[in-house]
Amino acid sequence: MSAGVELKDVSVTFGSFFAAKNVNVKIEGGEFFSFLGPSGCGKTTLLRAISGFQDPSEGQVLIDNKDMLGIGPNKRPTSLIFQNLALFPLMTVAENIAFSLEVRGVSKPERMKRAGELLELIALEGQGDKKVHQLSGGQKQRVAIARALAVEPKVLLLDEPLSALDLKLRQRMRTELREIQKRVNITFIYITHDQGEALTMSDRIAVMNEGELEQIGQCDDVYNNPLTPFVATFVGENNPLFGKIKDLSGDEAKIETSDGVFISSIDKSTNLNVGDEAISFVRPESLFMVKDGNDYKNKLSVKIENIEFEGNVKNFYASLYSGSKIKFSVANAIDTSEIEASSQIELCFDTSKSIILPKGALATE
Amino acid sequence: MKSLFFTQPFFQKNGKSVALFFLVAIVFWFIFLVIIPQLYMLDLSFRANIPPLERGGPKDFYTLEHYRHFVFGSKTSADAYNFVDLGVFGRTIIVSIFVTIANLAFCYPIAFYIAKIATPSTARLLIVSLIIPFWINELLRSFALRILFANEGVINNVLTGIGILDQGILFITYDVGLYTGLIYAYILLMMFPLYNAIESLDVNQIEAAKDLGSSTFRTHWRVVIPHAKPGIVSGCTMVFMLTVGALATPVVLSSPNTLWFPQLIYQWFNLNDNWSRGSAYSIILLIVSVVFVLTMMRIFKVRIGEIIR
Ligand SMILES: Nc1ncnc2c1ncn2[C@@H]1O[C@H](COP(=O)(O)OP(=O)(O)O)[C@@H](O)[C@H]1O
Ligand SMILES: [Mg+2]
Repeated sequence: MSAGVELKDVSVTFGSFFAAKNVNVKIEGGEFFSFLGPSGCGKTTLLRAISGFQDPSEGQVLIDNKDMLGIGPNKRPTSLIFQNLALFPLMTVAENIAFSLEVRGVSKPERMKRAGELLELIALEGQGDKKVHQLSGGQKQRVAIARALAVEPKVLLLDEPLSALDLKLRQRMRTELREIQKRVNITFIYITHDQGEALTMSDRIAVMNEGELEQIGQCDDVYNNPLTPFVATFVGENNPLFGKIKDLSGDEAKIETSDGVFISSIDKSTNLNVGDEAISFVRPESLFMVKDGNDYKNKLSVKIENIEFEGNVKNFYASLYSGSKIKFSVANAIDTSEIEASSQIELCFDTSKSIILPKGALATE
Repeated sequence: MKSLFFTQPFFQKNGKSVALFFLVAIVFWFIFLVIIPQLYMLDLSFRANIPPLERGGPKDFYTLEHYRHFVFGSKTSADAYNFVDLGVFGRTIIVSIFVTIANLAFCYPIAFYIAKIATPSTARLLIVSLIIPFWINELLRSFALRILFANEGVINNVLTGIGILDQGILFITYDVGLYTGLIYAYILLMMFPLYNAIESLDVNQIEAAKDLGSSTFRTHWRVVIPHAKPGIVSGCTMVFMLTVGALATPVVLSSPNTLWFPQLIYQWFNLNDNWSRGSAYSIILLIVSVVFVLTMMRIFKVRIGEIIR
């Protein structure tokens, strides 16, 4: 059983500070939904509003179309996995998992049976008698999930649960979480500052900045068609080219920058007019090198400053004529051995692979 | 103690001479102020009560007489047992247990509130207002309570004055003043270990329990109290030890016809000039207190290291 969660105009204030501001989002039952945003942007606050630990200063939280006002965390059909997991160190693994049943007065044999089933779900059969500190990081993670699932919640809330794990384990846990979600078939609301996590696991994501939702959508859509400069630079990497709109025609626009005039795609909803200040964004993987760029519309001439070998790709850091920096990546399969620091080369990009947005704050990371 | 003696960092941080000074000071303190007097008392408790001048003379011999007296009473008495002293002793122990429990019950919610609910500024204010009364010495605090609880005291005057009661309640006669005074006397020694223990609990633990459907009571029972157990045992042992050995508070607040065991000890030492018997009674109290504390630690499965921490 899963339930939808709807936030209507939710604001949370601490004093005069808005930790969340006018948040509107409708999360469907059974969805894997992520809130993605930099640390301190209000993600935890929002999750606490859903779980009932934080009353919104304004607006409504609806779960299964029911207003949750005045309903405490222990009465909501949600289960929260804390950032630090908050397993009970003085209880055994099985007692941890069965705690929610214990407080509901379920008999001990029945509790332990259910704990056994859940241990099986998380591939820790027979380890119920261990103490929490005897488990590895990944195992603790899974116990926290099992403990949260024991209540049979309709919505599972996860507060950056993978942030303490090392890279390899984190990647494995992503797959595992997604699989568990499919198996138990309930709504997962996941928060993270790691865009890789959000993009790989989620059905949809909401990008959050300074308490506000900047964009909600499917992962590829948010990645390919960001609506704000913040989203463009926070989700994946993006090179900004600052300039003014020179011409508009359909879903393309001409932007004049100090490094040349470029034609990029533009979304009609952005409401830009000729003469407005704007930014054209090009991703590092969308820039390609050309020997003789005369045939291309969007040309940049750059001087290589630094080269970084990452394995599957090589990253090049270069400066433009105007002095602004640009990054581009080339798949390792392509031979780039003749390019070295201080080489002067030409780069191009497709109109469809760049996007013009109104001027605004970029993500700083 | 162990950490002080055996860790190098203390030496490194403070330099050899300072560290050596502390080491010597502590050893001296322990030997001269704790061990030697106790051993002297232990020795005295097994000796006949004689004037100092006759020490080493024919009347100076070892005897169990003082311990025998505690149990069976004076040889000339008709009773089979020393009902009076045993009664005082038993009552002291039992009342002390209840005082300790009451102290715990009183301090736990406050300590929890200060540690986990109050804002930092409220918490500071509460801690200060708990501490300030203890700038006044124990004797004066007891007299203040006596003024409150006396038959013609503040409480009775107010209650009869506004007509709630026709007649004052005999707080002192029924030892209400004594119990209140004893609970109040060592409240900080319960409060601080409790506060420390609860303070170190991760708030997420409490919220996690709640999120899993736990009631407030059960959250305390299953999460907060187990975590705070070393603090609880530490507070209880200190309060019990000091209550059982309290003198000033009972002297001021006891009803005239009941005695607190340390008052009995005081009488043997000072009024009856029988240091040997006083020593024997002290040793009995010490042994029973230590046994009590060890039992408590056994029951609650707490090790001494956890208490000191
Ligand atoms: N109880 C609180 N009192 C005051 N400020 C708070 C409180 N909780 C969070 N904040 C502030 O709200 C902002 C958002 O916090 P949080 O939701 O924890 O961010 P995130 O989880 O995205 O890192 C932060 O600036 C934080 O300092
Ligand atoms: Mg957070």
